[in-house]
Amino acid sequence: MGREVLTGIHFWQGDMACAEGAIAAGCRFFAGYPITPATEIAERMAQRLPEVGGVYIQMEDELASLAAVIGASYACVKSMTATSGPGFSLMVENIGLAFMTETPCVIVNVMRGGPSTGQPTMPGQQDVMQAKWGSHGDYEIIALSPSSVQEMFNLTVEAFNLSEAYRTPVIVLADEIVAHMWERVTIPAKKDIKIVNRKKPKVPPEKYKPFSPDKDLVPPMACFGEGYRLYATGLTHDETGHPQTLSAEVQEKLVQRLCDKIRKNADRIVKVEEIMLEDAQVAVVAYGITSRGALSAVRKAREQGIKAGLLRLITLWPFPDQQISQIAEQVDAIVVPEMNYGQIVREVERAAKETPVFFLPKLGEEPHKPSEVLDVIRRAR
Amino acid sequence: MASQKTLYPHEEKKAAKMKIMVIEDRCKGCGYCIEFCPVKALEYSNKLNARGVHPPKLKKNDICTHCGLCELLCPDFAIYLKRKEK
Amino acid sequence: MSVKLEHPRQSFLREGMIPHIWCKGCGNGIILNCFVKALDELNIDLNKVVVVSGIGCIGRISGYTNTDSFHTTHGRPIAFATGVKLAKPELKVVVISGDGDLFAIGGNHFIHAARRNMDIQVICANNFTYGMTGGQHGPTTPLEALAPTTPHGNIEHPFNLVHLAAGSGAVYVARWTVFHAQRLIESIKKALQKEGFSFIEAITPCTEIYGQYNKMGTAVDMMRWLKESSEVRYHYDPVKAEITPSKIIVGEFVDIEKPGYTRLLQEMIAKVQRKRK
Repeated sequence: MGREVLTGIHFWQGDMACAEGAIAAGCRFFAGYPITPATEIAERMAQRLPEVGGVYIQMEDELASLAAVIGASYACVKSMTATSGPGFSLMVENIGLAFMTETPCVIVNVMRGGPSTGQPTMPGQQDVMQAKWGSHGDYEIIALSPSSVQEMFNLTVEAFNLSEAYRTPVIVLADEIVAHMWERVTIPAKKDIKIVNRKKPKVPPEKYKPFSPDKDLVPPMACFGEGYRLYATGLTHDETGHPQTLSAEVQEKLVQRLCDKIRKNADRIVKVEEIMLEDAQVAVVAYGITSRGALSAVRKAREQGIKAGLLRLITLWPFPDQQISQIAEQVDAIVVPEMNYGQIVREVERAAKETPVFFLPKLGEEPHKPSEVLDVIRRAR
Repeated sequence: MASQKTLYPHEEKKAAKMKIMVIEDRCKGCGYCIEFCPVKALEYSNKLNARGVHPPKLKKNDICTHCGLCELLCPDFAIYLKRKEK
Repeated sequence: MSVKLEHPRQSFLREGMIPHIWCKGCGNGIILNCFVKALDELNIDLNKVVVVSGIGCIGRISGYTNTDSFHTTHGRPIAFATGVKLAKPELKVVVISGDGDLFAIGGNHFIHAARRNMDIQVICANNFTYGMTGGQHGPTTPLEALAPTTPHGNIEHPFNLVHLAAGSGAVYVARWTVFHAQRLIESIKKALQKEGFSFIEAITPCTEIYGQYNKMGTAVDMMRWLKESSEVRYHYDPVKAEITPSKIIVGEFVDIEKPGYTRLLQEMIAKVQRKRK
């Protein structure tokens, strides 16, 4: 049996770290389709999963990939897929299915230049809104944004833990640079990696209702083959899982609980990193690769006597409303650099209310230079 | 609609001799059992079930061979061969 | 002594879900009946069976079987089933879905699962129409047939499903109509015990929609049509088995041995792990 956790210090590519994070978290099923710049995740999984007794399969398209992932998860195996923008677009319908059937699973979207086929080998942050709104219907999603190769490992583990805890699909929104760059990664010992597993039912099959929630709004999850004879459907259903397509009451109860499952637990899910914000007058809100240049800009600003600080978003969804509102009350202006033409900035504007927000878009191969962000910090002050 | 789980007392005596059981309220009146019985042992009864349909019943001539085709062709699990009580 | 009215296969059906939603005379009920009879005759542990279905009238079948079941998005039951089977190979994973779900939107998943010889069984309830949404034409609707989307007659050639399955690599391919209930049961039993990808086309009458649009009479008339136009042939060349209104060749078309995906996967994993020692 191969080693499940490669404890030690490594020099890895982001995609490799992501694959290793999944395996360390207990992922034993990967179904995917080749797509730049996520292909290396699939290739690493193809190599490593058989070593740890897991299953790798290249499906015929991304629609099949996510469908297979949901199937494997319902058979009680932690599962994952990895793709980029065009593939993610194909997966959105099944993201809705995963949400509706409360399936724990992880979807990695290594964002690239879009829209459409776009620039496959160039970075982008153009899919952040799609992660939240891509599928039809009312739903909530958890999305994490790694900004380093280390975080590609850590946040993939976190993604699995969140998906198991909340019985919901979780998206890792990386970008092409973080995925393809090589950095030092420290992997702890297996016993030091926190793993969360889905709640199992405490009642016998006759008493079990697959979608009857506990107080935290999350139902315990039985799996196929355990004797529970459970039924799950993408149709609106009651707590037994049976379709109830004509009842307004059931629809309201179900949709609200599924959304509240994430919304009401948001304070436990949302993570940000605050750097030099205690006395800041200008806050830069950034995520992913952009936050690296933004941090340099903030440091340079401080050297020049400007009280700047960085709020790095680690969780993009649920959106850190509270954290933005708090910062907005404190600072005079907020700067939002993004590698898109205006996505997270809209959420920041909403949460920041009266505080002016300065948006710095960048499209194409390079992330923001620190000097570009510094210029805007100076203008914003 | 809940299906009838037991027979009414006045039907029990007849049922003891029957070879075919009909869960009458399940019948949707497709006619497959009556039409395709190889020996034409079934016919529509005069009763009307909750769906307004005449469920099948065995003819008086008692020629049912217990082949089981009616049980297989029924889409609604409304008719079956009576098994021997264990 | 009161005589209890209980269908012999009542325990195979989910409590409270019968009567099902299917129309009077709909062959889907017969497919359900035959499927559970096959499970009964094989004495399979119902805790180890997973029924996966897609969208459509027949898609509701997963809600009626007293097994672990899943009702996927349109066209995806085979992909979902692949995930289940690979995650827990000891489970029997059966896909029961419709002609549109499996061969229009789901066509790509069908041919690849067959190509991979994935160890699942696929039963297609072929009623030549999209019944649930009102009878639109689909990939198996006969030429010239009428439908709300082919009001002037269908100008598309339909699939020959047994040919498609055989060509894609399925190791067991059979076609029966629901009238051939006993033979359908035998084929299902065979498929459930066979390694690799098995496909059974079960021709079923859509009495209330397709039948009415195409003036095929009552349920009994449609069933009689199935009985009289079908011809039982064994080892018939699937290429020649196109369905026409007057001739439906039924029987077993392919029954070969080929290593299933699960076996190849397990051998590969074992080899990899031996190397690591």
